[in-house]
Amino acid sequence: MNELITVVVNGLSVGSMYALLALGLAMVFAILGLVNFAHGELIAVTGYSMYFLAFTGMPFIIIVMFAVICAIVAAVLMERIAFRPIRNATIAAGLMTSFALEMILEAGWSNFISPLRMPIRVPAWMIKFWPIGDSGISTYQAIAIILTVVTVIGLTLFLKRTTIGLAIRAAAENFSVTQLMGIRANMVVATAFAISGLLAGLVGFLWIAQRGSVDPHIGLNPTIKAFIAVIFGGVGSLSGAVTGGIILGFLEVALRTYLPDSVLPFREAIGYLVVILVLLRWPDGLISIRQKTD
Amino acid sequence: MMLTLEKMSVNYGPIKAVRNIDISVAAGEIVTLLGPNGAGKSSTLKAIMGLHPAASGRVLFEGQPITGMATEKIVRLGMTLTPEGRHIFSGLTVEENLKLGAASQKDRIQVEETRERVFTLFPILKERLTQNAGTLSGGEQQQLAIARSLMSAPRLLLLDEPSLGLAPQIVDQIFSLIADLRQKGLTILLVEQNAEMSLEISDRGYVFSNGQIELEGSRDALRSSKDIASTYLGMEKHSHHE
Repeated sequence: MNELITVVVNGLSVGSMYALLALGLAMVFAILGLVNFAHGELIAVTGYSMYFLAFTGMPFIIIVMFAVICAIVAAVLMERIAFRPIRNATIAAGLMTSFALEMILEAGWSNFISPLRMPIRVPAWMIKFWPIGDSGISTYQAIAIILTVVTVIGLTLFLKRTTIGLAIRAAAENFSVTQLMGIRANMVVATAFAISGLLAGLVGFLWIAQRGSVDPHIGLNPTIKAFIAVIFGGVGSLSGAVTGGIILGFLEVALRTYLPDSVLPFREAIGYLVVILVLLRWPDGLISIRQKTD
Repeated sequence: MMLTLEKMSVNYGPIKAVRNIDISVAAGEIVTLLGPNGAGKSSTLKAIMGLHPAASGRVLFEGQPITGMATEKIVRLGMTLTPEGRHIFSGLTVEENLKLGAASQKDRIQVEETRERVFTLFPILKERLTQNAGTLSGGEQQQLAIARSLMSAPRLLLLDEPSLGLAPQIVDQIFSLIADLRQKGLTILLVEQNAEMSLEISDRGYVFSNGQIELEGSRDALRSSKDIASTYLGMEKHSHHE
């Protein structure tokens, strides 16, 4: 029972982070058909912003807020500088550009800041552990879960209630027809990138609160997971990205907890095997299962 | 002139889809572009709206050059396109589709008035407001597509194949609606496969062939032209049943 609570808490908090990252990736992909490999670098931007802002001596929460704003600005700049010039080019051009951007930024962190891990002081209350029976939950895990729920609800309202939100959903269906509505294409794309930056910034904060450090490769692993979550959930579907992220988080934590020690080193491979098996059965991802049962 | 095309050409890669065409549409007119599939009619409309750039030539809207202008700006000037195949936003509700149609409009009171006018033209849409647009029938989707265009309060409406894939009875409704819109003061540039019906409601027409304009004239001149009767009208009837 206690083990189950641990799995649920860990699965939800890890899955929440994958879900937020996947959501940003899925939104940009749905509108532009762009697979943004540089998305994970927004986590690095958040981390390094937190690292440098810490020298100002501001309270942790203020530092986090500024760092998330830095991630949003970085996402918008990414679009403006790297992706807008190739917007009407082929999908391959988009892939190459985002790969290049990812490599340039990663090399940039290494060469201009440090190739080493930089410690980031996280206040004690963030990592405080709240026992529940023999198990429990730490503050940052609770924050991760609450933040994800609030963000997903907020984003859903934004996409349903505001004109620009409607335009993002419309552009995900058909970009040129959205322009025929007299809606500024650049505005829609920039907003989608800003949202993806916000989500990546929140994940960056949660990830770093857990690790207590930042390094040039910090974005890579969670972004790979988020890509898998997007495909797992159903490419192009926002709710699929969230579902995919949370299931992937659970899968990872459950395997880590329940697998016997002898096969534990293979847990990632086993996790991906499950994903591959699901995709073999339902090639369009989890979303196609839901649509069939509708 | 409401709309003037001067020696406009459109290329798709190496393919010259439209070559050196001159077209004009006066305020209050319905003008039809006729011709077989692939003759360059839809390419012409897309180029006018800036969805695909014109390779050369000029486009003037109410005397103002709009060649190379962004689509969203052209819409804000007062001209829009209801695209071929309708392309309503199927994951959005009817209400949301209409709201997006009015996204370029600032004056809320005017938007509300336009909305009421659209509902008198398309009462069925008022009943379907909260429904996902993807669940509408083909005829209802075409009505929504036109209604959505009207929400931007255009003075000139480009209609690309509004009768495509619709049952004959619905086609009649759509054509009488187009005639009705003109009565209410809207200028219309129409692309249609159904030459007979579109000429009936039009003032003038242009006949496309291989990216060029082969023939132009008033409705009656085009209708009585033997060439049109035998080649285009005859051919259209066949292709319509494909």
